[in-house]
This record gives sequence, structure tokens and C-alpha cells, in this order.
Amino acid sequence: MLAILDYKAGNQTSVRRALDHLGIENQITADPGVLAAADGIIFPGVGAAGQAMDELTSGGLDEELKSLIWQEKPLLGICVGCQILLDYCEENNTRTLAIIPGECRLFNPAWNEEDGTPIRVPHMGWNRVALKKSCVLFKDIPIEAEFYFVHSYYPAPKQDFIIGETRYGEDFCSVHGRMGLWAVQFHPEKSGAPGLKLLNNFHDYCLEVRNA
Amino acid sequence: MLSRRIIPCLDVRDGKLTKGVKFKGNVDIGDPVETARLYYEQGADEIVFYDITASSEGRGIFLDVVERVASQIFIPFSVGGGINSVADMRAVLLAGAEKCSVNSGAVKNPDIISEGAAAFGAQCVVLGMDVKRVEKSDKIPSGFEVVIHGGRKYTGMDALEWAKTGESLGAGEICLNSIDADGTKDGYDLELTRLVSKSVRIPVIASGGAGNPQHMADAFTKGKASAALIASIVHYGEYTIRQIKEHISAQGVRMRMVW
Repeated sequence: MLAILDYKAGNQTSVRRALDHLGIENQITADPGVLAAADGIIFPGVGAAGQAMDELTSGGLDEELKSLIWQEKPLLGICVGCQILLDYCEENNTRTLAIIPGECRLFNPAWNEEDGTPIRVPHMGWNRVALKKSCVLFKDIPIEAEFYFVHSYYPAPKQDFIIGETRYGEDFCSVHGRMGLWAVQFHPEKSGAPGLKLLNNFHDYCLEVRNA
Repeated sequence: MLSRRIIPCLDVRDGKLTKGVKFKGNVDIGDPVETARLYYEQGADEIVFYDITASSEGRGIFLDVVERVASQIFIPFSVGGGINSVADMRAVLLAGAEKCSVNSGAVKNPDIISEGAAAFGAQCVVLGMDVKRVEKSDKIPSGFEVVIHGGRKYTGMDALEWAKTGESLGAGEICLNSIDADGTKDGYDLELTRLVSKSVRIPVIASGGAGNPQHMADAFTKGKASAALIASIVHYGEYTIRQIKEHISAQGVRMRMVW
């Protein structure tokens, strides 16, 4: 069973629909017992990093998450859930969870697309991910696959944690983390078959860890 | 670099699919959920549902359609038609849509754009604009006027000004529909599309007039649109979305080709 972390800044239902479609048992929950019993945790997020942090800290979920990550519970952060794993976000000068070293920055509107036109912010639409290191999440996903992004801030973790990059004016980190703790800036639950495959790969990894 | 998007638009009345030509003489052609799934499998980058239901009973059926679509397709989709308040927005977003499109509701009450953006984020709010060509005048210097009620009522607003106002109020995207081109299959109004695309920094979706894949390629290369809305060209099976994308991609416009 995968737990989908329940707090007010999430797009839990769209993640749930995707997992239901894949036949993956799941539960939207903030209950520490259920989170601890789950094979893995999906940490979604929409909206502003500051609000998301407020929702997490007010319920003590920030400490709960950190403790589960220390216990090597597999976790997948999505969108704002990807950003607030870092130390800091420029959006409203927000201190974030500090689980992965790095920060989150606003896209520079002076950057240009390949055709010379300035980038439009938010970065909204379909884009590719170039893997910088191999990652089990991307197993059997073609390199030309595209994923759906909607965001104005992008993660900039410490170099060691960069897994994949996406070009939007310049290259930015769109996948970061380490084995068992991953964060994706795009929305796999809205990225068609490649996104569903990524969620399935995460679930497969969680089952492997459970059965190891 | 973002891929340019191909977005089929489904008009829904009382829970069933229709496609009108110039907003007149709609005929039922099928089930919106099944059609959406077909387009999803064919490689649509996004789907738009436009509710043209008048009754509140039909509205309930429509929300049910939105929920069923959300459980079957895993790409973004947006919903427009009859959205006049933040409560209307909330209802379609809760039913599973990513975005909602405000059109005449925003003309009557522009604050709905800023209120929607504050409540749900700018990326959720699409400003839909119906536009007609008129004589250039002091009031309409661009020669493009915003119209409502399917083109029957002129608003006295310049389309270019309204696009900029919508952007500054917090709209995340503009869906720009040419009433003159709609249903003609002669191509998008490229002059209008380019004018608006160049004067705002949010994505512009070209709408109205698509008759063949080259029209869409032109909307991207000449009109500078980020996305192209299509309807009858796919509803009646003249082209598949893959055929359209292959045609456009061959001209060096980046399309999402793996799905």
C-alpha cells in the first residue's frame, strides 16, 4: 500500500486516481501509524511553498516525514512536494524541510527559449528530462518521453543530488534525490503513460524494499 | 523547450458531445468521456470541455462527466462554459479538472480572474476570449473586439487591451477564439493570434478555424501560439492527432511524440 500524504496543499485526489487506475492500493492519510505501515509515501504538493510548509508544520507532519525518511521509508515528492524537501525556497523567503541540501529559485524571465523568445513563466506544458545518472524511476521509459510541468520556481539541489535536468531557457534540475528518496518537479499523475510508468516503477521499488 | 500543444475541444450539452458550427445548429455526435479517452490515447496534450448546458440539472450531469473523465485520462484538462464565480471554479476543479476557463463571466466581473488566481493559483485560470474583427477606431485600436454570447453581443472592449488586463489580473493562459474563423476550416486568424501572443507573457492558445494540420503549424510558427485548439478536424475523423503532430513536427516545431 502506498500512502498519499494528506495535507491541505496537495493534489491528493489526482494522484489517487492515477494509482487506482494502475491497480495500486493506496490511502490518503496523515495518520503516523498508517504512514509507518505503508510500503512507500507519495508527497504531493500544489500552490505556494510557504503555505505548504505552514500546513505541514502546524500538524507536526514535517517531523513525521523526516523521521520516516531516516528510517529509509521510500518517498516520492511531486511538484511543491519536490521543492520543499530542499533547505530554502525563494518564494516568500521560505525555510523548507532541509532533507536534501539545496534551494528553490524563481525562473529568470530574461532567459530565452532556443528560438530567441523570452521564456514564459510559469513553465507550463510538456518537456523532457535528461537523466544525469541512472534512476529506477525511469526504468523502461523512453528518453524522448515528456512530462507535464506547471511551476514558477525550480529546484537547485547540491550537485550530488541532481538526477535529471530539463531545458527551459537554461537547464534546471527536474529530478533530484537519492536511492529511495526521490523528488520530481513535474506531475507524473498528469503525464500520460510515461508518468503512470514512473509511478508504477516507484511502487515496484517499494515492494522490493518491503520484501528484501 | 516546451512542446507546442494540440488540444481537442469537446462541446458538451446535457452530458453529451456536440459540435456546433459558428455556434449554431449543434448536432449530438457522442459520449464525451469515451471521446476524451480516445484523444488521450491518440496523443492529445490536453483536453478542453466546454459546457453549453443551460439548466442546473444539465450542470450536475456535466460535473459527473468531469469526474468520469478525471478517472480515465491522465493528462491535464480544462473546463469552460457557465463559470461565473469562484464557487463554480471550485466545483469543476474538485471534480478533477486542472484548469477552468472564464469567458463572459470575466467580462462582466473581471475580479473573478484575480479571485480565482488567488484561491487556486494562476495556472488554474484560463481567460477565454471570443473576438471579432471590426473597423479600427479610438475605442478598438487593434481592430479586434471582444464579444460575448457566442458572438452576438459586442462589449466595446479592445481584444489586445483585454488580454493584457487579464494577464495583469492573474490569468495563467489565454484561449483566443476568433468568431470570424470559427467553423470556417480556413485556418486560424494568424494576425490576431500573433498580436495577442506578442503582447502578453502568458501562453496563448489559438482557437477557431483549424481545417488541416498546416493551419496548426502556422499558428505556432507565424501566430507564435503555445497551443492550438481543434475540434471538427478530429471529431469527424479527417485526421488523427498523431497524423497532425507528425505533419507539424516535420516542420521543426517541437511536438510531444511519445505517449
